Amino acid sequence: MRMNRLAQAQNQTSSATQKISTYLTLIVLIVLALSVLALLLAGNAYLMGEELAAIVLAAIGVIALTLSGFMLYQSRRQTVQMKIEIPKVMTTVECTKCQTKTMREFQRGDYVYKELDACQKCPDTKQMITAIYKEVKEKEKTYEV
Amino acid sequence: MLEQPLLHTNQFAPTGGGDLLSQIVSWAFYGVFIVFIFYGQRIQMYIMVREVENSLHKLRYIKDEGRKITIEAIKEIGKPTTDPSARVDRYLEYFTIGPQSMDPAGIVYKLDHILDTRDERLKEEVKLMAPITDEVQVNNLENTLEAAMALNFIYKVVRHYYIQGKKTLSLYVIMQLQMILPLVMKEAEAYASALKAFAYGQPIGDGAGPLVAAKLMHGYETRKLPKDCVMATVPIEGRTALIIKAEGPGGNVGKPGDAVEAVIEENEGKISCLIMIDAGLKLEGETVGEVAEGIGAAIGGPGVDAFKIEEKLTKYKIRNYAVIVKEDIGDAVSPMRKEINDSVDKVIERVKAVIVERTKEGDKVIIVGVGNSIGVGQ
Repeated sequence: MRMNRLAQAQNQTSSATQKISTYLTLIVLIVLALSVLALLLAGNAYLMGEELAAIVLAAIGVIALTLSGFMLYQSRRQTVQMKIEIPKVMTTVECTKCQTKTMREFQRGDYVYKELDACQKCPDTKQMITAIYKEVKEKEKTYEV
Repeated sequence: MLEQPLLHTNQFAPTGGGDLLSQIVSWAFYGVFIVFIFYGQRIQMYIMVREVENSLHKLRYIKDEGRKITIEAIKEIGKPTTDPSARVDRYLEYFTIGPQSMDPAGIVYKLDHILDTRDERLKEEVKLMAPITDEVQVNNLENTLEAAMALNFIYKVVRHYYIQGKKTLSLYVIMQLQMILPLVMKEAEAYASALKAFAYGQPIGDGAGPLVAAKLMHGYETRKLPKDCVMATVPIEGRTALIIKAEGPGGNVGKPGDAVEAVIEENEGKISCLIMIDAGLKLEGETVGEVAEGIGAAIGGPGVDAFKIEEKLTKYKIRNYAVIVKEDIGDAVSPMRKEINDSVDKVIERVKAVIVERTKEGDKVIIVGVGNSIGVGQ
């Protein structure tokens, strides 16, 4: 019984969530339509020789079009962002004798200080994994304080 | 068609204060003013609710992905005969009840017992889910499941406050949630990137301590210590260093508290100093991989290990030094960054400097690499 009520509450919330986002999309679309109408009116006013009215209407149209376009872009970006980034992890393989270092992509089963096959230059020495790491290109803002 | 304007646009001409445009603008301002007086807080709340909703959608996606990755990893590694999904779902809801603290005497050992029971239970569950696994894989899968569990918990707590805020229409509940959401999302994203690292057995940022210990003990004979730790005796600068780390390469933090206790007792307290190396949380503005030195037990977790170490150090009057590698929570649980890997040599230099400056030749020192040994052998 309690579980049913919980499930019901969850369903209600998810439908409410959908409702809000549908309303918002609807509002954005209405604004978009109005902005296009404003631009059409601006064109009409310009042809009628009323330049000031044309400028006012064009400004309203452009601002509304930009804002609604931005809102749509934001919601699209949020869906695009829904990805778990899997970083590229590199494994450094080193020969303990000739110190030759090679880098390759991480393979399942790799670990630091794991012994691998013999080195190509020194057949009597085994190679070893000496490092496993990912390289991060810093996207963060720096603050000069 | 164009000859007849759609609107009498000459009404927009600035012919004075009484024209139609001015009137419309004035009424619009009054309208907005009145709407904001009565519904300002509601509008503000809807904006916040929308922000929380977006984060909640993202959290749900991350949580579902976490579950999917975990199930895939179990199927791939453990080759179960039955579908492990139902068992994983049950596992995601596991909880641990802390000990009663009305009379706090002896609470540390009660907590220790509870944590041991939890750990054993989880390992048994993983073995049931993935029967064809060795010890290393069991540890890795346990870590993967724990990350999925953390994501599930974060999602549920955020959802709880979101629903509560909407049900009560309380701006303050929603506002509190919206204010802490950036930090919550950062932590959730960190756990999400940790999932793959745990499933594949890649070293993570928290493994900085074990990596230093592994580099120091590599090539020397190791022996097992309680619990899930290894130790090697290594000569450093004319001193005898007893180096301890959690046993790798499986995902494992061991119980350094028990290991240090055992080594101190074996040596009858004749230890010059204890040096602990761990990953430390950096403040914003600090660089990842920065090395800092200090005093005290550098070990996180619920505090059981720190308590045991401090107790033993106080009993034998052993000095305790700490070296930390700075990183944020995201770096600590995701695959190890190059900066952290590169800091290992700097940490070793620091440790050697401490040994030379603070101990005499012939002394015995304990060096503990604290952290998760996933992807780090010895």
